[in-house]
Amino acid sequence: MSAATSTAAAAQNPHRLGYRGLGPHPSDHGRSPKRIIVGYGFWIFLLSDFVMFSGFFAAFAVLSGANAGGPSGRELFDIHNIGVETGCLLLSSVACGMASLAVDARNAVWTQLMLMVTGLLGLVFIVLEVREFSGLIDQGAGPQRSAFLSSFFALVGCHGLHVSAGLLWLGTMMAQIYAKGFTPNMIRRFMCFSLFWHALDIIWVGVFTVVYLMGVAR
Amino acid sequence: MSQFEEAHSWPGEIAPGDHHGEDGSFAAGIRGYLIGFALSVVLTVASFSIVGTKLIWAPGIPVALAVLAVAQMGVHLVFFLHINTGPDSTNNVLALAFGVLIVAMVVGGSLWIMYHLNSNMMPMNALMDLHTQH
Repeated sequence: MSAATSTAAAAQNPHRLGYRGLGPHPSDHGRSPKRIIVGYGFWIFLLSDFVMFSGFFAAFAVLSGANAGGPSGRELFDIHNIGVETGCLLLSSVACGMASLAVDARNAVWTQLMLMVTGLLGLVFIVLEVREFSGLIDQGAGPQRSAFLSSFFALVGCHGLHVSAGLLWLGTMMAQIYAKGFTPNMIRRFMCFSLFWHALDIIWVGVFTVVYLMGVAR
Repeated sequence: MSQFEEAHSWPGEIAPGDHHGEDGSFAAGIRGYLIGFALSVVLTVASFSIVGTKLIWAPGIPVALAVLAVAQMGVHLVFFLHINTGPDSTNNVLALAFGVLIVAMVVGGSLWIMYHLNSNMMPMNALMDLHTQH
């Protein structure tokens, strides 16, 4: 009862998110459902994350020729490895989409299965990336070698950190879905996770194009 | 409260990530993800194979790569994040447009400025020569 009155009050308050006025459409009356508001807020966060990544991309693009006499991307990058990483992340994204369909169907088994596939493919991606980084550092091509390598490790490492954080989130969420079931709260949390995961794949498209493919084609 | 918590009870507005804009059937959902996956695979394979090819004039390769990347980002946005141009997701599209504007300004502006800065700087060896001449 009190929740309903507060929602009604929010709908009439033009300073609250979701205020619609009193238009002719039925959905013009009252406040948007929480799912819409949470999704929109998380979308704004993701866009600000894109803006942050654009700074790293700009730094890399400007510094990509600054080898300081050190090795260039053409000598360092293993394109086959990058192809495998790309495949893992893309398949992981699709598995996450399948998980969201399973959540919509409220099917716990398929949800957990698809989330596990999502997580395992993400884990393979991270393992390959860590192996690539340690190989570079062993060759003496660490972040302190040149401005090119500093910006390379900053940009690709930042994406890798995002994926690692996503894996942590995924594991926690799988346990919570197992324990709590499909509560509205969990469904919203899952929606945010799937947005995050798909957004990371979009960033990776920029990374493999700008850093690796253009680095080799240079 | 429960009516506001109900996932899809509300017509007229969708959250980013919702795939219930047109028709909410399970098969349609799977089809959407598979189309997106197929398009992404085609674009990714095109990107990776363009690098080693002699079919394209070499200076054109980065441009081709950029076009393919933007196309793939669009595919991901539409088929995976379900950001579409329907009247119900106006807010999401407007926010995306603002994000794209800022990203373009940061990346494009940095490259533009730094390119001019580099070409206006005296080359390092010329600087050395000036020192040795006196």
